[in-house]
Amino acid sequence: MATETFTLDDVRRILREGAGKDESVDLDGDILDKGFADLGYDSLALMETASRIEREYKVALDEDVLDIEVVTPRTLIDAVNAGLDG
Amino acid sequence: MTAAMVTGLGIAAPSGLGLRDHWASVTAGRNAITPITRFDAGPYPARLAGQITDFDAAQVLPDRLLPQTDRVTQLSLAAADWALADAGLRTEEQPAYGLGVMTASSAGGFEFGQNELRKLWSKGGKHVSAYQSFAWFYAVNTGQIAIRHGLRGPSGVVVSDHAGGLDALAQARRQIRKGTPVIVSGAVDALLCPWGWVAQLAGGRLSTSSSPDHAYLPFDARARGHVPGEGGAILVLEDAAAARRRGARCYGELAGYGATFDPRPGSGRAPGLRRAIEVALDDASVTPADVDVVFADAAGLPDLDRVEAEAVAGVFGRGGVPVTAPKTMTGRLGAGGAPLDVATALIAMAENVIPPTAHVTADPGYALDLVVSPRPAELRVAVVLARGQGGFNSAVVLRTGPEPAADL
Repeated sequence: MATETFTLDDVRRILREGAGKDESVDLDGDILDKGFADLGYDSLALMETASRIEREYKVALDEDVLDIEVVTPRTLIDAVNAGLDG
Repeated sequence: MTAAMVTGLGIAAPSGLGLRDHWASVTAGRNAITPITRFDAGPYPARLAGQITDFDAAQVLPDRLLPQTDRVTQLSLAAADWALADAGLRTEEQPAYGLGVMTASSAGGFEFGQNELRKLWSKGGKHVSAYQSFAWFYAVNTGQIAIRHGLRGPSGVVVSDHAGGLDALAQARRQIRKGTPVIVSGAVDALLCPWGWVAQLAGGRLSTSSSPDHAYLPFDARARGHVPGEGGAILVLEDAAAARRRGARCYGELAGYGATFDPRPGSGRAPGLRRAIEVALDDASVTPADVDVVFADAAGLPDLDRVEAEAVAGVFGRGGVPVTAPKTMTGRLGAGGAPLDVATALIAMAENVIPPTAHVTADPGYALDLVVSPRPAELRVAVVLARGQGGFNSAVVLRTGPEPAADL
């Protein structure tokens, strides 16, 4: 079910479905520029998230996008939308 | 040598979640074996199981853990939480390297693996969860318990089918003797999914009876196999001096252990179970006359029941010790069965009541004093037996400590 654009709400949905949610984090809050580790996720959770994005949106994400040290919801959204446009 | 005491019990079993519910259930003789509702067992020749019906993982575990864990790990984590709480042990106040985890498993996360295999073959490899990498694995329960509570001491998993539950406790005792004050130990198994079911059917030991009260009848002339169940128990084992220092309540001591392996079939040599019992008694420095109750492996197959009855009669004399098998009310829980028996035995020693073997009319040919209704008895020393398919035999001796019996 490819959509026109990939949004923050899509990130939230896929995180909840694939990796669950940390009790101490409000995923519905202002998370756009938070690091994934700060949101309670590890590299495996990121891998699962990328895998779900790839099969749902048919967008393959480069490894440098999926660096747990630098990835944020914003960098992920930008990368997915760049892939959708391309 | 330092003694290993049991200071906490966490039970997740068809008979109940938590030691009080479990104890009330088994002393009431309530049968938790029912027709399977977890999946459609209609196409299979065996259709009964001991199911845990009142466990909601989302109620007791963090949301982050749910997508990455099989049911067996969720049950293990809950039981470990309860065991640590029961022990009054605040892990964050302990040195991280002073606590380890030693569990047994006979199959790992089977249902998780089944679901991911289904996705692999129906949708393709890209649909397989990243968490399959560890969620299926035998050691996953140990790992998740260790991570959740920050336990960094010696940890591992033992795989020896149903005997593994006792072998894990023995391994925990070894680590305590080597200087780690606390080991979280025991086992949970959960295989009630089609893939786990066919694996167990292939073992050739399941009862095909459709009557919950007549399907699993160890030591009965009508014995025809066993009913599987899911669950087990996680225990906190603790160095006696450390337990005393923090004023912990002790259920009893893991005082003796023996393990043997059966000789090659057709060799003509005796089965190894009797020797396992003798080694365990010797290890605990107790005599057969000191033993107040035996919790039997209770295979429920005539040949295996005979081997066990002869081993018990050989060590303790014909009818020489009360024998019980509360697992007749839960089914056999894989590696989880023996730790549950250990927990039940320790509660029985605190309450001075032997829980019954349900539904069974003992075949007099076995010469066992089989306890078929709750029996008041002063219990200071108990023996728990477990066997694994392929020749594993294990026995442990439990002894109430010098402290007064635990108060439930």
